[in-house]
Amino acid sequence: MELQILANGIVLGALYACIAVGFSLVWGVLNVINMLHGSFIILGGYITFFAWARLGIHPIAMIPVAGMILYGLGYMVQRGVINKVVTQPVLITLTLTFGLDMILYNFMNVVFTATPQRVTLELGSFDIGGIFMPWDRIVSMLLAFALTGLLYWVMRTSRVGRAIVAVRMDRDAAALMGIRVDQIYAITFGIGAFMAGAAGAVFAVVFPVTTNLSGLYIGKAFVVCVIGGLGSVPGALVGGIVLGVIESFAGHWLGPQHAITVGFVLMLILLITRPSGLLGKKGYE
Amino acid sequence: MTNQPILKVTSVARNFGGIVAVRDVSFELAAGEIVGLIGPNGAGKTTLINLITGVYPANSGSIVFDGADVTGQKPFQAARRGIARTFQIVQPFPEMTVLQNVTAGALFARQSGSITDAVEESREHLKFVGLADLAETPAASLTLPNRKRLELAKSLAMRPRLLLLDEVNAGLNPTEISGALDLIRDISARGITIVIIEHLMKVVFSLSHRILVLHHGELISGGLPNEVAKDERVVEAYLGSKFAERQRSLSNNG
Amino acid sequence: MMRRLTVPYVLFSIWVVVLCMLPFVESSYFVHLATNIALFTILAQSWNFIGGFSGYPSFSTAAFFGLGAYAGAITQNMGLPMELAWIFATVLVSALAALFGFILLRLRGHYFAIGSIAIVEVLRLAIASATDLTGGGNGMNVRFLPGGPEYVGMVFLYTMVGLMVLVFALTVWVDKSRFGFGLRCIRQNEDAANMVGINTNLYKIFAYVLSASFCGTVGAIYASWTGYIDPTDSFEILLTLKVPVMAMLGGAGTVIGPVLGAAAFSLLEEIFWANFLEYNRAILGVVIVILIFFLPRGLLNLDYHTLHRRLRHNAGRNPREPSE
Repeated sequence: MELQILANGIVLGALYACIAVGFSLVWGVLNVINMLHGSFIILGGYITFFAWARLGIHPIAMIPVAGMILYGLGYMVQRGVINKVVTQPVLITLTLTFGLDMILYNFMNVVFTATPQRVTLELGSFDIGGIFMPWDRIVSMLLAFALTGLLYWVMRTSRVGRAIVAVRMDRDAAALMGIRVDQIYAITFGIGAFMAGAAGAVFAVVFPVTTNLSGLYIGKAFVVCVIGGLGSVPGALVGGIVLGVIESFAGHWLGPQHAITVGFVLMLILLITRPSGLLGKKGYE
Repeated sequence: MTNQPILKVTSVARNFGGIVAVRDVSFELAAGEIVGLIGPNGAGKTTLINLITGVYPANSGSIVFDGADVTGQKPFQAARRGIARTFQIVQPFPEMTVLQNVTAGALFARQSGSITDAVEESREHLKFVGLADLAETPAASLTLPNRKRLELAKSLAMRPRLLLLDEVNAGLNPTEISGALDLIRDISARGITIVIIEHLMKVVFSLSHRILVLHHGELISGGLPNEVAKDERVVEAYLGSKFAERQRSLSNNG
Repeated sequence: MMRRLTVPYVLFSIWVVVLCMLPFVESSYFVHLATNIALFTILAQSWNFIGGFSGYPSFSTAAFFGLGAYAGAITQNMGLPMELAWIFATVLVSALAALFGFILLRLRGHYFAIGSIAIVEVLRLAIASATDLTGGGNGMNVRFLPGGPEYVGMVFLYTMVGLMVLVFALTVWVDKSRFGFGLRCIRQNEDAANMVGINTNLYKIFAYVLSASFCGTVGAIYASWTGYIDPTDSFEILLTLKVPVMAMLGGAGTVIGPVLGAAAFSLLEEIFWANFLEYNRAILGVVIVILIFFLPRGLLNLDYHTLHRRLRHNAGRNPREPSE
């Protein structure tokens, strides 16, 4: 039984990590909380769902497509709107992305209606040593790991990835080295949106696609960031799996309706015990 | 004046994630002194001031101010007890006027008193540092020398008995520095004990009654300015051992 | 100087009179509208203590509103007289806000903002799962005040307007007191504020409690007024965003700003988009974008010159205010 719960937790955790990496990247590099992230995931989900339902395209094939569409959207939103206030206080940047999220959310609600949609793949399930697991969950977990790994690889090896890391470490120094910070901000935001869109495509297989879940997704992203730290891919991965496993066990012991509360309470406790944030520094100079 | 030291620091230490910033530092300040705190970059001067004002707690050791143990105090408690400081990088309330900045010092360092009284008193302090004409200007638009003056006025408004000046002259030109020095002497004449961190040796030696030298977080020398200037360890800390040797051989020959 | 300072009071007094006169002039629709405006004004004024004066990006309005609504509804259903239930809700919310504030206000920036939103979610989930006490997702009914709709409408309008005047008076006091001065120092440079002798933690917690208490009262009054509450409605994420936007729309950190912002927003909503309920969120989003790009310091501090220039060129790279 415990093994089953653990397995469920890891599958869930992989998906959480996939939600959080893009969000964490944007927060860490731009110092902006992107409240649009949850809706970006849903949008990726809808794109995948309609491609599957209307055109018969396999959801896995839609992962890069949804990702690129969201990349374009994210790039434009950052360039056109968010970049103009990127240096302003938290109240301003957060309110702005919150507001933009309201627009996108509302747009999706009207266009796609609130009826939950779902891609059903009918892959069956398997049973090894008492652990029961549907194949679509396994596939989505593997895809989530693959996407997270892909981002890690891009950040480590590509020119753009190194430039993003440089900007995160020291924006001014990076600018002096000839990096165009504005451009990097927009690309980073685009990559964050790409990850959201791709995650949405993956999720369409296992979760219903509905705007109602947008708040839940953003909540998960917060919690994972607080657990795993900001701006690092391995941090998000660890944070995601920790949260997935804890929720899975909490759901089993306390009842499923408390699983979400446990995550939030965990985050509050972490915030209390690490008052400056997990990576924060305290000092006057 | 009594013989009791106004500040007594005993074996204070502080490290940041394994890096020792201040180690086993002990010293006393007599009321009314001007003491220069010098040392190369990264010697731990600002950290020491931060420990005295409660910005961070000391890992070990004790700090006694005016007979009371203040080791674990918070910055606002230090302010209320009569310890004021200026920052190396000035810290005004940017959107407030110059006068409001000083008023904040006058109002909160004491537990009581009305805003109106604090404003009146603040005008005096502004006059003293020569900013009376700029009272209604937003602090953010001041020039650097004027910001430093504002810091001084704000600190004075707190009616401190101990004033810690962290690089008040950094970034000032010679004329401005001599103005600042006159101010510091005037402040001292009011009976306020002053600790001054300073890079410009000429300034600190001419001003201080006594010098403390920090190096790698340790107090390596202390005494009258002319004694400290001759101290080999000090010369070595600042200029390296080679220079110290040459200096020695020169003075032997001479 | 003196003359300029009295203008807000005169305007506010006129506004109070207008709201109070509505029952005599027009139908129950206007009474309802006026009550709603007063309700949002109180919420915006409350947020102003923590978000405006102290500059902390708090998004917990809905948490305290919802908690107050449930505290009031539950105690009232247990038999407590309505007015006592409101007071109980206020006290309970204040106490919990002190606790949350003690925890959250050690955080800064994004972390504080997130913590403040998390409180809304945690409380919503807690209320929704405490089915025995709250009816869970089905919500709960509160018995209506007897006396007929007209009388009841007036009772709630005058209660709400009275509370609005009280919170306004409190705002005026904070604005002039050393407490308010200290909060402004914290907003501009918290470390420096601590250094001049302000007990910043205590000040912030007090500001946070002030920002919560009357949200609790308003929540409880709202429960009695509408007769029905449920978790989604009471802890609405839209509310938690709308209220700060109202305060910022008028001018955060000012005395009259939140009053102006809440009135302007509510009236615009009523006139232009009350019939487009479906687009409620999108419209709030558009208001936010307009607010941030064209009214960064609110209607009160509107800089017509800059606005004109920006509209003409529409190429301002960075909408930071020109330095004075």
